Amino acid sequence: MNPPIRWFTFAAPSRFYWLAGALNPWLWASTVALTVAGLYVGFFIAPTDAVQGESYRIIFIHVPAAWMSMIVYLAMAFWAALGWMFNARMASMLARALAPTGAMFTFLALWTGALWGKPTWGTWWVWDARLTSELILLFLYLGYIALVASIDDVVRGDKAGALLAIVGAVNVPIIYFSVDWWNTLHQGATISLTAAPKMAHTMLAAMLLMTLAFWAYAFAVVLTRAQALILERERKTEWVRQLALTRKGWQ
Amino acid sequence: MNWLSVSDFLTMRGYGLYVWGSYGMTALLMLLEPWLAIRHRRRALRAAANPDAED
Repeated sequence: MNPPIRWFTFAAPSRFYWLAGALNPWLWASTVALTVAGLYVGFFIAPTDAVQGESYRIIFIHVPAAWMSMIVYLAMAFWAALGWMFNARMASMLARALAPTGAMFTFLALWTGALWGKPTWGTWWVWDARLTSELILLFLYLGYIALVASIDDVVRGDKAGALLAIVGAVNVPIIYFSVDWWNTLHQGATISLTAAPKMAHTMLAAMLLMTLAFWAYAFAVVLTRAQALILERERKTEWVRQLALTRKGWQ
Repeated sequence: MNWLSVSDFLTMRGYGLYVWGSYGMTALLMLLEPWLAIRHRRRALRAAANPDAED
């Protein structure tokens, strides 16, 4: 019988750094493989849409990016809160590491949405509840990044950032349910856990493959950024000094 | 097979601007961000080699 994995071990930045380095090659490889598979199914197997023609193929990145924008925010708020409550350094670093990736996915959701809205709705943008609340999400990410960057004392910066992240989390269910609560130009959910998806199987397969690719990507890039933050905060410690001097070890 | 010709694929039958505009921006940002993160880590490691240089 294997001994149980002691997860709190990885709350120590030195061990987390090692874990991230060990996982990263696999995560990058998964990102590439899943992206290639998703694009292949999305462009060469999924059929043309009867109503929207080829423009619907934007869905394969639009929906995964929008999902990631919300999930990454919740993860950021979770780790920020944990870091605040338990004074856990690694949790606070993870929150900071997640923010730029979340902002990037939020921007992509808005950008691809605009490029999809033009041919299908006739407009790049409307101030409907879904689009507006997603734009607010982008501002929350940018506000968090600017706030923590503007406070020199890292512990104080972590706490201020945590407060903003937690309060802003109320926006995530608003985004998610906006299409049910208000009359929006944006359509309701096509995929739900409780009903059969309202789309062709091959289309769904492409979208899920791209979703997994985005997950793998998010883990890989966030772990890389977390490693950078660890090196910066722990640069006075012996293990980082040794690592830097030898320039070896897990990067 | 969806595409009868290469130009069918490249123009997305009239939706090329929208489809490739979406995929192009996604590819650009998802290559840029890892590059920035890896550069960040490399610079942090270099700075850690002489921790007394700054502050």
